[in-house]
Amino acid sequence: MPPTTEKTRTRGAPQRPGDRIFAAASTGSGVLILVILAGVAAFLVSEAWPAITAPAEDIPGDDSFVVYVWPLLFGTLLSAFFALLIATPLAVAIALFITHYAPRRLAAALGYVIDLLAAVPSIIFGLWGVAELAPRTVEPTRWLEENLGFIPLFEGPASATGRTILTISLVLAVMILPIITSVVREAFLQTPRLHEEASLALGATRWEMIRMAVLPFGRSAIVGGAMLGLGRALGETMAVAILLSPSGNVSFNLISSANPSTIAANIALTFPESSGLTINVLIASGLVLFAVTLLVNMGARAVINRRREFSGAN
Amino acid sequence: MAKRIEVNGLDIYYGNFLAVQGVSMTIQPQSVTALIGPSGCGKSTFLRTLNRMHELVPGARVEGKVVMDDQDLYGADVDPVNVRRQIGMVFQRPNPFPTMSIYDNVVAGVKLNSKRMKKADMDALVERSLRAANLWDEVKDRLSKPGSGLSGGQQQRLCIARAVAVQPEVLLMDEPCSALDPISTMAIEDLMMQLKSEYTIVIVTHNMQQAARVSDTTGFFNLKAVGEPGGLVEVDATDKIFSNPSVQATEDYISGRFG
Repeated sequence: MPPTTEKTRTRGAPQRPGDRIFAAASTGSGVLILVILAGVAAFLVSEAWPAITAPAEDIPGDDSFVVYVWPLLFGTLLSAFFALLIATPLAVAIALFITHYAPRRLAAALGYVIDLLAAVPSIIFGLWGVAELAPRTVEPTRWLEENLGFIPLFEGPASATGRTILTISLVLAVMILPIITSVVREAFLQTPRLHEEASLALGATRWEMIRMAVLPFGRSAIVGGAMLGLGRALGETMAVAILLSPSGNVSFNLISSANPSTIAANIALTFPESSGLTINVLIASGLVLFAVTLLVNMGARAVINRRREFSGAN
Repeated sequence: MAKRIEVNGLDIYYGNFLAVQGVSMTIQPQSVTALIGPSGCGKSTFLRTLNRMHELVPGARVEGKVVMDDQDLYGADVDPVNVRRQIGMVFQRPNPFPTMSIYDNVVAGVKLNSKRMKKADMDALVERSLRAANLWDEVKDRLSKPGSGLSGGQQQRLCIARAVAVQPEVLLMDEPCSALDPISTMAIEDLMMQLKSEYTIVIVTHNMQQAARVSDTTGFFNLKAVGEPGGLVEVDATDKIFSNPSVQATEDYISGRFG
């Protein structure tokens, strides 16, 4: 058969209805996501616009929007950053223990518990933070102030209630720990046996094998899991709202009672008594949060893509 | 380099299951020893006991003796990690580390053994190992590229370079050509012929022509019956095994009457 006829045949081949329906459904879902995201962005921008352009005296605090939102953004980033700093190494260690050190039975049980933890509502963590954790941090923070006070983070004066950025970071860390752990654990479990054996056959100890084969393979999952956790920490509302007593200042001091609040908690606390332009201001602060989350995610993608060649995906 | 391995009355168990029974053979230094036999007869399992890789399976253990130049590989005070540093292994499917460059793949094992090494020495070692694996000319301009970008045959030679870079006493190869095309297979076989001047090589293969081409000694493994443990039927000079074996089962297998 001459090649030309064959070509026309394939082009004109009848499509099966199943293929068509599936293609349409998956394309539709993909488009829908984009439309929803664009819709949210459009809503935020249009509602935020009056606040961004409003004269300074109309904004709560009688100053420009930037001055209003800056301490909130700072508090959001500070607490989320420290939460991530605490949770990520811990999550990687737990995932390694489950996948490579624990006996099989214990590993299965632990994995199950971790997944359960991820489903605990954040308000529960918040209540635990207020009732249990905060009072217990008072003594250690005094010690930090006395012994490590030269580091700006622990400058003090240590809070007497324990309602500090440090406490909220700890609560957020506990909250995001399960989600990072389960993402990382999944990736570690999928480390090809071939690569583990390759390193062991070279005379690697178990830890050396983990460093040569498991961690590099799980690298993008660690970044991805951390970003998921960061997303949750940035947007966490209730736990922060009930725990923190904000004073609106900007400081790296983690243990004093003079704290910045976070964007999400501020919206939740202020919204019920707001009207008029104040609502626009709150929505504008939400837009800032939206933009920050987007930027963080793009940054994480860039980090993963930079070493795509070496990812092992090919 | 290149040591002799004496195996005496080796039984290999997984838990209570006896997988391979009563293997006794001497693996000569500076030669290629091929292990042939039907699937599931325990030849790969046996190969993996030589560098204690089979211990990765929970419950795996051996009874009997494996001695490499007077060193009992299963002595009570012997660390399997040290055994594996002396006995290198090449696997059925090429497995360069995908997260490492070609250069880093070659020195991966060396970095484990000696932590500090001068850059110039390292470069020399990489070139020497890649030359030994007949790969240098093909990759010398892209040493910093990922090893997973090479063809299958090149990847397998990279794995051989990685294994010889640590200068092992013995090189074990578990069906190293079964995932490769004939041209790459030929390249690996030529390589084995060169490497045997420096190393003791043990190769498991399903390809009887390959065993006949490359090996000096051939061992034939078989199952006694279904459900029975596998074992070594006979081991002899390759010429003898392929022309005039002493056991009928060997002749049946190599002449294609079963397996």
